[in-house]
Amino acid sequence: MSLREIINRPVSEWMRGSGPDRDVVLGSRIRLARNLAGIPFPAVASEQQLEHVMTMCREAVAKAGSLGNMEFVPMSSLTPLERQLLVERHLISPQHTKAVRHKAVILRDDEVVSVMINEEDHIRIQVLMPGMQLGLALDVADRVDNGLEGQLPYAFSETRGYLTACPTNVGTGLRASLMVHLPALALTDQIGRIIGAVGKFGLVVRGLYGEGTQAVGNIFQFSNQVTLGRGERETVEHLISVTRQVIDQEREARQAILKRNETWLEDRVLRAYGTLAHARVLSSREAMQLLSDVRLGIDLGLITDLKPEILQELLVLIRPAHLQNRVGRELGPAERDQLRASLVRERIRAFQAEQE
Amino acid sequence: MLCQACGQAEATVHVTRIVNGEKTESHLCEQCAREQGEAVLLEPVFSFHKLLGGLLEPEADPAPAEAVGRAPVRCPNCGLTFSDFKRLGHLGCSECYETFQKQLEPVLRRIHGSTAHAGKIPARTGGALRRRRELNRLRQELHQAVAKEEYERAAEIRDRIRALERDLRPGG
Repeated sequence: MSLREIINRPVSEWMRGSGPDRDVVLGSRIRLARNLAGIPFPAVASEQQLEHVMTMCREAVAKAGSLGNMEFVPMSSLTPLERQLLVERHLISPQHTKAVRHKAVILRDDEVVSVMINEEDHIRIQVLMPGMQLGLALDVADRVDNGLEGQLPYAFSETRGYLTACPTNVGTGLRASLMVHLPALALTDQIGRIIGAVGKFGLVVRGLYGEGTQAVGNIFQFSNQVTLGRGERETVEHLISVTRQVIDQEREARQAILKRNETWLEDRVLRAYGTLAHARVLSSREAMQLLSDVRLGIDLGLITDLKPEILQELLVLIRPAHLQNRVGRELGPAERDQLRASLVRERIRAFQAEQE
Repeated sequence: MLCQACGQAEATVHVTRIVNGEKTESHLCEQCAREQGEAVLLEPVFSFHKLLGGLLEPEADPAPAEAVGRAPVRCPNCGLTFSDFKRLGHLGCSECYETFQKQLEPVLRRIHGSTAHAGKIPARTGGALRRRRELNRLRQELHQAVAKEEYERAAEIRDRIRALERDLRPGG
């Protein structure tokens, strides 16, 4: 499958909304940072050195085999729109779309595995899966890592582990994240308290699109911070056990609101549904908040003619690059808001028809 | 939650500071955060470096080599100095970890609460690592065997050591 086909496929694997704990956990992500011994890290390496890293990685993927159907794509071969599509699908970081000359991404055709070349580190392996499947995602990342390690001289130290450009990643080079939807904790004003509490356990909470992004649509990413002195499994289990407490609290809060104030909640989610089903102009922020409300309504059985994955699907499809890709031309902000509204209406009608 | 400074806008910037083990938190709206100089934290690229800079200030490198007229230590592989690292927020190459081992020790301890890797060992590098450990063990055994005048056993161990050394030689 070519990159074009991947990009134009309506939904990625993780957007299908399957997996355990899907009522709260939208996705599980594993990232492993790796570097090649002796070659300066991307930020300081020379053009030739960066090119050399690209060549080595391209050959490694070709030789490694057993990694699945992997395609090596130089970032410079993509248009700015295509790069942005990959960001919106969480396949590459926003940082990876800048200064693209010696950057590449290796994509597995099911979009579960992506490997960024010459981002902050020489190699960043990423695995993204729907629902709470962090352990499985780690297994997949581990296999890709072993495949590459068989071909490439990794920078590894007995005492410090995998050596990374930034000392915050050294050791396992692992960043494990759970993407969670917490509308009831947001409605009951408990998010601030929870983020504080989770921080005490060494976890970081961020918005949907990673470092420095805001939490839109009540979607948060919980990730580990520590990479040294703790093994990979232990790190993942710790993240799961702390996040599990938050998941339980979210479920309790949902039931509590339902019990205390069902009419108010029903009114809120159905108003959101009504707006999404009929609005002619929708900003990204408004759409996200309304989708979050609608999803809460679906999870609590207050809305029965939509499927829960409408949230995951639309939160990617309503992003600017996906909208522009749909119409095949650049759009101004006003046009975008109109197109977003019409796309949302269209998808809602399709979901309704499916349920009938 | 409302901004602690103006009490009007929603607090979207949450700053937690830990100075000498004492934690203070502030919750501000974006505008007040900018006014109070916390806005740097809103820029994703700067946030971490700023934090890292904070981590580095108190004890690491109390008298930079430049200040006392000595040439700074440079990584022999990439040429980075420790002040470069403090400014950039990242190291230059994998060798830097060796070059700046001493200065990095407290940094790693503060970030991770630990300085020793406890995770995966790569199969290839790890294989050499395991062989090196075995080699050290055999050398000790050889020493003991010679001390005890067990020459037959010593010869056996010596052969195993030679075989391992051949394995470990680059390209071997």
